[in-house]
Amino acid sequence: MMENPGIVAGIELQDENAAVIIGSGAGGGTLAHELTRRGIKVVLLEAGRRQSLESFSQVPGTAFGQLTWLDARTQSGNWGVARDFPTLPVWHCKTVGGTTVHWTASAPRLEPWELRARTIYGDIAGASLIDWPIPFGELEKYYELAEKRLGVTRRNGIPGLPASNNFKVMHAGAKKLGYKRVHTGHMAINSRVYDGRSFCIQQGFCVQGCKSGAKWSTLYTEIPRAEKTGNLELRTESMATRIEHRADGRVNAVVYRDAQGREQRQRARVVCVAGNAIETARLLLLSESTQFPQGLANSSGQVGRNYCHQITGFVWGLFDKPIYSWRGATLAGVVEDELKNDPERGFVGGYRMELVTLDLPTFPLVGLPYGWGRDFASVIENYRNMAGMFINGEDLPRPDNRISLDPAIKDVYGLPVAHIHVDEHGNDQAMRKHAQGQMRKMYDAIGAKRSIPGPTPPATHNLCTARMSADPGKGVTNAWGRTHDIKNLFISDGSALSTPGGANPTLTIVALALRQAEYITEQLKSGAV
Amino acid sequence: MIRPEMIKRREFLEATTGLLAGVVVAGSPLSAFAAGRAWAVDLRAFSSAEGATLTAVARTICPHDKLDDSAYALVVKALDDEAVKDEKSRDLFVKGAAELGPAFAAAGEEARVAALKGLESSAFFQTMRLRTLQLLYASPIAYAYFGYEGEAYSKGGYLLRGFNDLRWLPEIPEEDSGPLPVRA
Repeated sequence: MMENPGIVAGIELQDENAAVIIGSGAGGGTLAHELTRRGIKVVLLEAGRRQSLESFSQVPGTAFGQLTWLDARTQSGNWGVARDFPTLPVWHCKTVGGTTVHWTASAPRLEPWELRARTIYGDIAGASLIDWPIPFGELEKYYELAEKRLGVTRRNGIPGLPASNNFKVMHAGAKKLGYKRVHTGHMAINSRVYDGRSFCIQQGFCVQGCKSGAKWSTLYTEIPRAEKTGNLELRTESMATRIEHRADGRVNAVVYRDAQGREQRQRARVVCVAGNAIETARLLLLSESTQFPQGLANSSGQVGRNYCHQITGFVWGLFDKPIYSWRGATLAGVVEDELKNDPERGFVGGYRMELVTLDLPTFPLVGLPYGWGRDFASVIENYRNMAGMFINGEDLPRPDNRISLDPAIKDVYGLPVAHIHVDEHGNDQAMRKHAQGQMRKMYDAIGAKRSIPGPTPPATHNLCTARMSADPGKGVTNAWGRTHDIKNLFISDGSALSTPGGANPTLTIVALALRQAEYITEQLKSGAV
Repeated sequence: MIRPEMIKRREFLEATTGLLAGVVVAGSPLSAFAAGRAWAVDLRAFSSAEGATLTAVARTICPHDKLDDSAYALVVKALDDEAVKDEKSRDLFVKGAAELGPAFAAAGEEARVAALKGLESSAFFQTMRLRTLQLLYASPIAYAYFGYEGEAYSKGGYLLRGFNDLRWLPEIPEEDSGPLPVRA
């Protein structure tokens, strides 16, 4: 296990040669390691604090407060999240390691056809689909590297995780329906000792921060390794508020607030933004200038648009015998048979059905957020006899599903907060309905007393708000995440995905960061930036 | 002779405006936590009558028949702590309780549900609903009542403590599952 080695590169604020990375999650943390191990000096700005395996709280409510990005956001639109979770539209982290600290570590690949959504699904009214500018064969090389880095199960000879009770229910139901591709998932959770980290002891507290370190997180893999090179300076509680540029349009500094709230300005040779799709878009928009009145890298007007979050929605199955769904790795189970493009089902794109559960304090709040009274309580009475699943599916990008700057609400620094607008496409709703129907059938087929469709939880897969596009008019970056407008400004998180596909996005974000690191290194060495 | 600890106790009693009290049902999950069978919760912002009304609201929102009154009383105790510190929050709860009236606490469930339905969109009800959900199910009493075992890192996880002990469904073929990392 790699803990904080306590080595700080000592990079001056005036150092014009530093690469500045904003955000230390799957994208930013991985990129920081990749650049520093190649000898590049990196300043890594992280808005949150640094936790450790020891400091992770095991009280769900406390852990939520310890890890979650709780700064205000506003929202609108017809999605259920606006009704059920008005103050928490998205659920991601503000801590060193970013959302890799609370993720449930499902690490599947996108399918080759998912990279060609526009071509395969066709011209769908009300959607702004594009194809990826990267062929699958190119991405595949980096998936292989990423899977080794993360120690993904069922790849490279690493065995799957052992089946939990909750998965036994899923498996039995799926087999009754004739599904074939049902297993404990491609998980970035050690099924045996790997890379100096322990194996999973099936605690079920993945979301609170994995105290055994069996789950991959940049907090205790990429970041301490980057520090060990002597080339990284991680600055915690440092919130980037603006990226500055020179007269020639190249970016040259990042303005941020430090832990004491003082404004600082770090000079930079390249800037890589990896603040999660909400804050990445917000920062580009906040960085407007006379030269770039729409915000940085936004000549296309696409920054913040095409926001995708993947279709989710729970189903709970109540049985007459105990399941103890909280025992074991939270998401270690998947049915992949519906991961196909089959418009006969009434929608384009595919989805996975994934195992899930929620701890007791969280279940009534997130799993059944609209209820009270007898019926509501009767579900919770069955908590120990309850199995859970949810859908993770592809949503369609729409131009007006977007992150914008709220015209009224300001943060503690007086800057407009992010406003999130989502009007679900009919395709999204048809997919969720189909998936929840299939999941209920699975439970009913093995004798559930009752199956209950739950809500769409706050979005955790925030994507596509600064997407890669072959056509500079339809996106924000090129195929390496370099912005079309500014040669030394990069997008290094899920914002850069061209379309979301139906795969939980972290593995793809890591693969793209590994690939981008090679590109940035080349650009720096050749003097192109 | 007045001893210092007596003064402390007296000041405490003077600050107390209300009291919720009850008896733990023998054999209930709470009996594992309670030192004796009698319990009491001192209230500082609410009167006993207000406390009883709010307890009944909490039980109507989350009606678990066999869950001890004290679990709901602890929710109200937490609201009382908030109300002591924050006048606006005290107003919200006290006015809400007043609107429901003194008969609410003793009314039948149907009448209580009807009364709350009438207030469903109010800030009082919305706050009571959210806070009750947040507090009730996070308490050790609720963990015991619902059979939830909570954190397991300190006990070595559930790997050897039942994560795969379900026997009423077919066993999973090895290719869809995986080996245990240690021998059970």
